[in-house]
Amino acid sequence: MMKIKVWGCRGSLPSPGPENIVYGGNTSCVQIIKDDLCIILDGGSGIQRLGKFISKDVKEIHILLTHLHIDHTMGLGFFQPLYNPNTQVHLWGPATSVEPLLHRLRRYFSPPLFPVRLNELPNHPEIHEIGDSEFSIGPLKFKTSYIGHAGPTLGYRVVDGNKTFVYMPDHEPSLASVDFPNLPEWTSGYDLAKDADLLFHDGEYTPEEYRTKIGWGHSSMNDAIHFGRVCGVKKLAIFHHDPLNSDQQLEKIFDEAMEKESPSFDVSLCKEGDIYEI
Amino acid sequence: MAGQPIELILARQFGDTLSQAVFLVDPEGNLLFYNEKAEMILGVRFGETGAMSQEVWSKMFHPKDEKGNSLSAEDLPLVQTIKSHKPARGSFYINSATGERHLLNVTSIPIEGRPHRFLGAMALFWNSVE
Repeated sequence: MMKIKVWGCRGSLPSPGPENIVYGGNTSCVQIIKDDLCIILDGGSGIQRLGKFISKDVKEIHILLTHLHIDHTMGLGFFQPLYNPNTQVHLWGPATSVEPLLHRLRRYFSPPLFPVRLNELPNHPEIHEIGDSEFSIGPLKFKTSYIGHAGPTLGYRVVDGNKTFVYMPDHEPSLASVDFPNLPEWTSGYDLAKDADLLFHDGEYTPEEYRTKIGWGHSSMNDAIHFGRVCGVKKLAIFHHDPLNSDQQLEKIFDEAMEKESPSFDVSLCKEGDIYEI
Repeated sequence: MAGQPIELILARQFGDTLSQAVFLVDPEGNLLFYNEKAEMILGVRFGETGAMSQEVWSKMFHPKDEKGNSLSAEDLPLVQTIKSHKPARGSFYINSATGERHLLNVTSIPIEGRPHRFLGAMALFWNSVE
């Protein structure tokens, strides 16, 4: 069994405030809890709070980045374990054909964006470039693939025994598909999400909003449901909430999507603080 | 059928939107898709042929040079691109499925994904009916 804890599920920009109490304002950060492993997906603003709950005795932490947009990396510099000389942090992220991941990460860890450089940390993070890859961390098996979003972006499939969790916080399958939501083999992310027990998937917009934002790399809640259906997932948790939407607005959009699409599988809105067990 | 990589999905979608003929193959040369303009030139719809191996599609339209000599698969630009992972171009004649003779001008390009993954090739071609 693994547990998946949401430390941030807001898209694009942190959005704290009384109107966002239920779903939270921190950007993408998810923790996979399995035995004594410390595995984190994305370093959005949610990772700052997560860092406060990690014991100083933890020797090894893996942070796996889907991509390097600022809402997925802005919390890294405030992640306290990076400043613990007894902890080795591993940073995993997408390879490109042009510039090493290390160089791209240094852009954030340098002035004027941030005062501390990577080589000034007590332990330089170990960098792992991945693409269409398969690897293991402890008993967990990871499969990654490039998916449809602006810039090099990975989706993650995490397998623990016979249970599968899939993470695609930023994904626009309706554009990266030949005939969405048909032809699953010709749909971005299908191989990763196929038959997943739990899928976290982008659902930032209403269908009307999406029509004016095609190509921005995100999905409507309705398309997230279509994608979950075409992949045969058992449970879908909608992620990457629009920073402009309050709790009340999110629930209204969600209710409308559920009424229109009538999914035959479990669908929910991700909430900061939620823990899923599979 | 396994899911296709994002680069081939987008290549197919791109090809589908073009008004010039496009032919898309995987790293082994297996046909994955051709668009409406290619259907017009080849005289057969993609839905009728479906996916085909290189061995089948490279002979199906009886490619010949200007002297009427049959061309081997290795003479075709798309097959050259599959083998070399480099662009190629050439001109040759085919007989369409409806019996028309076309002079094709073909340019083929490799499709490389991040980071330097060879994923297949795309041929764009233009015709003149003889």
